[in-house]
Amino acid sequence: MNTLITILFLIFAALILTSAIMTVTVKNIVHAALWLISSFFGVGALYLLMEAEFLGVAQVLIYVGAVSILILFAIMLTRDLEGSQNRQLTPRWWIALIVPAALFGLLIVPTVMTHDWRLPPPPPAGQPPAISGAQQIGTAFMREYFLPFEVAAILLTVAMIGAIVVAFEERERRRRVLTLAERVRLRQRQQQRQQPAPRPEPAATAVQTSEATGGET
Amino acid sequence: MPSMTEAVPLPWVLTLAGALFCVGLFGALSRRNTVGILLGIELMLNAVNINLVAFWRYLEPNVVAGQTFALFVITVAAAEAAVGLAMIIAIYRARQTVNADEVDSLRG
Repeated sequence: MNTLITILFLIFAALILTSAIMTVTVKNIVHAALWLISSFFGVGALYLLMEAEFLGVAQVLIYVGAVSILILFAIMLTRDLEGSQNRQLTPRWWIALIVPAALFGLLIVPTVMTHDWRLPPPPPAGQPPAISGAQQIGTAFMREYFLPFEVAAILLTVAMIGAIVVAFEERERRRRVLTLAERVRLRQRQQQRQQPAPRPEPAATAVQTSEATGGET
Repeated sequence: MPSMTEAVPLPWVLTLAGALFCVGLFGALSRRNTVGILLGIELMLNAVNINLVAFWRYLEPNVVAGQTFALFVITVAAAEAAVGLAMIIAIYRARQTVNADEVDSLRG
């Protein structure tokens, strides 16, 4: 049974890391966002494996459901017309590769592997381990974490208002949807403008004069 | 009842979180596209959350603080994503580009 959990952990770790690496290296930004969703799923599965079931569900709801949709919409609204054939990475991307690689190889792995983690002793056999679940989280949010909970609510409200204000398009620039009366009036005005028959002669003379002036200069 | 604490040692989980953080850092530093930078930041926040949940599960499973902290990190990450993407849309509207090295009005 323990080997099964180990194998599951290794599978999830491989899923998370390959998806993350694809996210940062793939050229098409839409594909990067889809790989990011796969990585989010892997992290949620890892939470479930660690028996943090509320966090696992919250991960799927918030990251997979909300944040990734937000990112996909932002990509759709800001697509580069030049396409994906231009450069995706900064010119000095190898410096950006050296810094995280050094951080990982020289700092994280030695620290994590050599530190003495003073793990608590396993619970005696037959007795289920005391793990705080969703019920304990709910109680804690209503009692000792009540103030941070309210502050988080205010933060979300402020972020929502801020996002609306920042992304708001001013009325003069926005393409307006006409009402029915305005559309009728616009059509009448266009018909009145078309009533004087189209005269080809002024246009032709205009072209000739422009050519003449072009020849002169 | 088998559990993760017996099957997988804690340093493995922490190494996975560290690797995910470093991949996200590389993405945030190397991408030209601003949305790509945001994807890297999301990866880094996920790595931090893995760390928090692992410490909660392995060291203090009966205290609720670890999961609570991870939930607050998720909240702040969602707010950050909303504001960041709104800013990216505003920048795109003003300059018709989302590349971070072309938006350099503040460069001295």
